[in-house]
Amino acid sequence: MTTDAGTAVRDGGRTRPTGWTAALPLLVFVALAFGIPVVALLFGAFTVRDPATKVSAFTTANMTESLRGNYLATLLGSVKLSAVVAVLGAVLGTFLAQAVVTSRFRALRESVLTASGVLANFGGVPLAFVWVGTLGNSGVITNVFGLGDAGWSLYNFWGLALVYMYFSVPLMVLVVVPALDGLKPQWREAAGNSGATAWQYWRHVGIPVLVPSLLGGVVLLFGGAFAAYATAKAMVGSTVPLVTLQIADALTGDVLIGHENIALALSLDMIVVAGLVMAVYLPLQKRSSRWLR
Amino acid sequence: MIASRVRFAGLAAFLLVGATACGAAPTTAAPSASTSGGGSAAGTDARTAASAADFGGLDKLVEAAKKEGKLHVIALPPDWANYGKIIEAFTAKYGIAIESETPDAASADEINALKTRKGQDRAPDVVDVSQSFAISGAAEGLFTPYKVQTWDKIPDNQKEPSGLWFNDYGGYVSIGCDAKKIATCPESFADLLKPEYKGKVAMNGNPTQSGSAFAGVYAAALANGGSFDDIQPGLDFFKKLKAAGNFNPVETTPATIEKGETQISIDWDYNNAAYAPKMAGKGLDWKTVIPSDGKYFQLYAQAINKDAPHPAAARLWQEFLYSPEGQNLYLGGFARPVLLPAMKADGTVDKTAEANLPPVEGEPTFPTEAQTAKAKEVLTGGWSAAVAG
Repeated sequence: MTTDAGTAVRDGGRTRPTGWTAALPLLVFVALAFGIPVVALLFGAFTVRDPATKVSAFTTANMTESLRGNYLATLLGSVKLSAVVAVLGAVLGTFLAQAVVTSRFRALRESVLTASGVLANFGGVPLAFVWVGTLGNSGVITNVFGLGDAGWSLYNFWGLALVYMYFSVPLMVLVVVPALDGLKPQWREAAGNSGATAWQYWRHVGIPVLVPSLLGGVVLLFGGAFAAYATAKAMVGSTVPLVTLQIADALTGDVLIGHENIALALSLDMIVVAGLVMAVYLPLQKRSSRWLR
Repeated sequence: MIASRVRFAGLAAFLLVGATACGAAPTTAAPSASTSGGGSAAGTDARTAASAADFGGLDKLVEAAKKEGKLHVIALPPDWANYGKIIEAFTAKYGIAIESETPDAASADEINALKTRKGQDRAPDVVDVSQSFAISGAAEGLFTPYKVQTWDKIPDNQKEPSGLWFNDYGGYVSIGCDAKKIATCPESFADLLKPEYKGKVAMNGNPTQSGSAFAGVYAAALANGGSFDDIQPGLDFFKKLKAAGNFNPVETTPATIEKGETQISIDWDYNNAAYAPKMAGKGLDWKTVIPSDGKYFQLYAQAINKDAPHPAAARLWQEFLYSPEGQNLYLGGFARPVLLPAMKADGTVDKTAEANLPPVEGEPTFPTEAQTAKAKEVLTGGWSAAVAG
């Protein structure tokens, strides 16, 4: 007996639409909004155009160029910054969220969550200027405490990481609070009644259950930091090598000519990096998500 | 033009580029068989006219331009080289409305606009780009040749022989400094390395993107034993500046100057000089000097879009910019117009405005395009390594 999807539905005597038709508008939207730019990006990343003859030719030169020397350094710089922000942000965000969830003060929880919702979306040039005004070379706190003479500088890797944490930690709180709420008190009681220590409870119950959310948060934070542009541009210029700034230099400016396709190649590199991060995340997430059912 | 244009470019320019890139496919708007193109009274086609004489004189050009009634420009910030007043004066004189789009755009954005809006009514009629973009744009066939009436007075090394582009105004790399906060203002690149300027020396942008910052590195090279062929000493200088803790990566804007975050700024002299009167009202004493050890002069260029939707108005705009009136307006914005030497000779220069320019000694020299291209390559590879950390 043949049982393909179509007959199965008919056999059941129900007129349920076969899965994907309902998703069709979404698929079309994704194909248009995401597919077209990707195709254009792929095409551009693998072509060079001779400005004089206007002839385009396929080549891997842009990709090769984007993966060496200064361009490679900016790509690695972005990965490093994003990884630091993602891991630190996830750890701090989780502890903060745990503190809030276990707190007996309802108002604290509400205010932290509301503040997180606002701060997670605070970025760009305004954020950069808030920090510059506070802890920059002539910032208020820098001046009051004489931090400049003590060697403090906001305009380096760790300064930028600190500023990125400003929106990353609240984002992590938002992501992980529902998961922490999902840890049933009964599990803890059951573990306690069976003689488990707090560490054993977290090691064997709490953390495994939280892993999908934690990983999801790390991926989200990584993506946010990896794609960030305006804050870094306004604050550190080119002193922290970042791939997004490099792409902007190649696309717009008064200096570089004919680097557009290298910018596209760099964008493709970014997509690959994001893809790799997702590739690590998805299987792990699948493995542990059964706990949350 | 970039420096100021890249300022907010941050997001804006990036989105603009993204938007035009993505939007290009679906919105290839119908080529407007627009209003414009039309012949003038003399029966000449404004699109191909290569001089006012082709119209039958300036009066006929004015007539044809007035008939079009509009001019579309891009990337002309009102506070940059006095463009705000120039636009006002042009409109007042000829009654031609100017649509000024994306004032803070960069040269690359201008060229991009020419390409992506080919044949559209909203394409820029004229562009004001850095010289390299003028040369590459001409090579790509984006411009149309035109010779203004004062053509012969433009020095030969400041124009494309057929009139595809011609330089309009420029300036020297200069060091601006807030004399209220800094006890002794630096007067040379060598001075900038002094310990008293710790964390204070900023630029107007990033040299792989901003024309003025690129010029700043070139000037630093000249000050440190480099040449037009060798920009490396400039990179080494900034590496030293960074190691000394003096380099301030915050990009100069009027806001950062006012706040005191960028108390010393390497920028075009017309930007630094133009800040002074504005900052005076805010309690700052903004001083501008041309560094004694590294003098670098560069001009921007004008070009007319080959497919300009308002071809006669575009040509009239050029005639206006290169008339004594237009050139003196540049001068009023502290920029050095290309006809300044000629105007000094024939006495049409605005002497008060000229006296306001930061003083400089000696005659400027210019790198060739090949030298500039090589310098850019070295800079692109080495800049972030020089200042990273």
